[in-house]
Amino acid sequence: MSDKPRKFKGGVHPNDSKALSASKPVQTAPLLEKYTVIIHQNIGAPPELVVKKGDLVKKGQLLAKATGFVSVPLHAPTSGTVTALEKCHGPTGLSVPAIEITADGKDEWGSPFEPITDWQNAEPAVLKQRVADAGIVGMGGAGFPSHVKLSPTKPVDTLILNGAECEPYLTADHRLMVEQTEDVLRGAAIFARILGLKTAIIGVEENKPDAIAKLKELAGKYNVTVQSLHVNYPQGAEKQLIYALTGREVPIGGLPMDVGCVVQNVASAAAVAEAVINGHPSIERITTVTGEPVVNPGNWRFRLGTPISKAIELAGGVKYQPAKLLLGGPMMGTAQNSLDVTVMKNTSGILLIPVEQVSQYTSEPCIRCGRCVEACPMDILPATISQAVENERFDWAEQLNVMACIECGSCSYICPSHRPLNQQFKRAKAEILAAKRNQQKK
Amino acid sequence: MSEETTVVQLPDATKLVVSNSPHIRGGETISKIMVQVLIALLPAAIAAVWFFGLAALEVMALCTVGCMAVEVLWKKATKQPTDSWKDGSAALTGLLLAMNLSAGAPWWICILGSLLAIGLGKQLFGGLGYNPFNPALVARVALLVGFPSLMTSWVVPNPGKWLACDALTGATPLAALKNHYPLASISDLFYGNVGGCLGETSALALLIGGAFLLARGLIKWQIPASFIGTVALISGLAHHFNPELTPPALYHVLAGGLMIGAFFMATDMVTSPMTANGALIFGFGCGVITSVIRIWGGYPEGVSFSILFMNALTPLIDRYTIGKPFGYIRIKKETAQ
Repeated sequence: MSDKPRKFKGGVHPNDSKALSASKPVQTAPLLEKYTVIIHQNIGAPPELVVKKGDLVKKGQLLAKATGFVSVPLHAPTSGTVTALEKCHGPTGLSVPAIEITADGKDEWGSPFEPITDWQNAEPAVLKQRVADAGIVGMGGAGFPSHVKLSPTKPVDTLILNGAECEPYLTADHRLMVEQTEDVLRGAAIFARILGLKTAIIGVEENKPDAIAKLKELAGKYNVTVQSLHVNYPQGAEKQLIYALTGREVPIGGLPMDVGCVVQNVASAAAVAEAVINGHPSIERITTVTGEPVVNPGNWRFRLGTPISKAIELAGGVKYQPAKLLLGGPMMGTAQNSLDVTVMKNTSGILLIPVEQVSQYTSEPCIRCGRCVEACPMDILPATISQAVENERFDWAEQLNVMACIECGSCSYICPSHRPLNQQFKRAKAEILAAKRNQQKK
Repeated sequence: MSEETTVVQLPDATKLVVSNSPHIRGGETISKIMVQVLIALLPAAIAAVWFFGLAALEVMALCTVGCMAVEVLWKKATKQPTDSWKDGSAALTGLLLAMNLSAGAPWWICILGSLLAIGLGKQLFGGLGYNPFNPALVARVALLVGFPSLMTSWVVPNPGKWLACDALTGATPLAALKNHYPLASISDLFYGNVGGCLGETSALALLIGGAFLLARGLIKWQIPASFIGTVALISGLAHHFNPELTPPALYHVLAGGLMIGAFFMATDMVTSPMTANGALIFGFGCGVITSVIRIWGGYPEGVSFSILFMNALTPLIDRYTIGKPFGYIRIKKETAQ
């Protein structure tokens, strides 16, 4: 593979704003008195509770067990007492079931797993079971169970580690790759062993030269190739990353395994190394707390269930009232209306953005400039689909391949008329799926 | 010991805005685009004043202000918000309209043209973004049909003598061609020392503006490239096989409205195709029609007719040039298996 940075078609170049936190080493957040752990943190079936109110739990003890294949278990972030089983504010704005754990301050491990120190020679099936048992999901944002991706039903020849971190502001993966380089590479090697592959590729955007240098230094030891990528949003989108690294196009509606690939996030890789080598389940993650209003932007290792308010407090609070509070990055993150939401396995960033960045644009008529067409990484026609959606012609939108939309928001970002393109496509997709479900019922 | 207690200020959750992603925008606006196109027209506007004097400035001012005024009045009359003139699109239409008029055009032609461009060409169809035809060209063609003699008499260029605009009229290079007058030299055509509309004369000034538009990503290169290329090819072939019929390709490329048409009129975002392949087809169609009218047709010039005709085909072209989305090829292969 050449040293030339790889790229994909389309995309946009927002100001990356990563300088706010990129050089801040990861700090471990102090133990809190209380954690409110949201039960359903993964794509797929929610896990089923195995503790009840009043139970004493140890750190890493099972709180909820997986229910089926596409589901992951949940573990206690610290030792203490289950003080409540109730609903809390979820990241989508809805109330969701959660477990409240009042810490006993001892932070005692229950040591649920035996460390597999000789992982280089361990059975792939044993390693895969460990990934499933440790409750590891795609920590880049999707929250898809990692062990499911490690069980492809089609032949796979390429393992890709996603270290692109193309969302502006976020630096959690960046710091992880710099500070826990060996863990990321070990995780990659474990993934490769499970899949029966000898090698892995790790793709990192060029704006993280220190991470690339450190990875290259150690990569040979683990048979991993490091490939730099152009700084271009959405470079970290699965399909775009696969295309940039292998030139293969994942079919619309298909999965990476359809083109012989498996993609895993770097943070998930580090979590897997932790689970296999140290026997620790997924109970913490690195999250970037950042944005112009934040007093001390930086990167922290938070336990699951840490309220956003505590995270912002650790970052010194805010200098002035932000316009938006986001979980995730500014391109795909979700806006919050409460500080009570808690850190989950896929919370890559807590971002506060000032009002200048969020001016309440009024949408103007489309002038057909075609910028959205150029920016679309999926090569669909946002402007035309937008017209279809405005006329409630969802059949037309479907014909125009709205279902291929990955909701990256590049079209909305670039539109000079500030049209709510991404929002319209989300609606169209929901309407089309709903219509399909209704048809199946009949 | 009294340690200063620092109060950590947290965001007020009740004041947080909740809306869909993306949460940041690229900062591009309609008015920024329009202003840049106006800047691109500046060299041509300066050339017009250089060759035709202050009369050219008067025509440009009348049309620009006229179009903005019609925009405001129309919005007022139809009880819509009247601030749309600020986006610069009406001013741009006005300047483009002026570029299509002679320096000797009377004031009422400018005002009538503004009314036709903004009223008939744009607002009647629903305003910015909804007009199927280039508004400035709608006005030009309507005036051409309504006042043929006024619209085809041209002021003789008088380079550098700003105030000395006498109403001497002469023929345009293309009209000279039709009527077998002596032809203008290529260098006069290139610099603009020929009769014609304000924007039809200096190819050099238009090329500078066109280069700016291309560099700023405001127009697709496919349209001017295929438009001018097609005209050059057809007129070149025609000249090659029958030198009596028509002059060489370079004459056709530099004379008349081809430059302004290819860089500024055919590339109008609203009325040209959005896809790259569509833009190629669009430019090709414009080139064919222009060449046919110029070489074999009754009118000396065919650029505006060709663009208007292709404007009408734009929705069709867009529909049939939709590319395959990312990941489409694989699906087809698999279902074929």
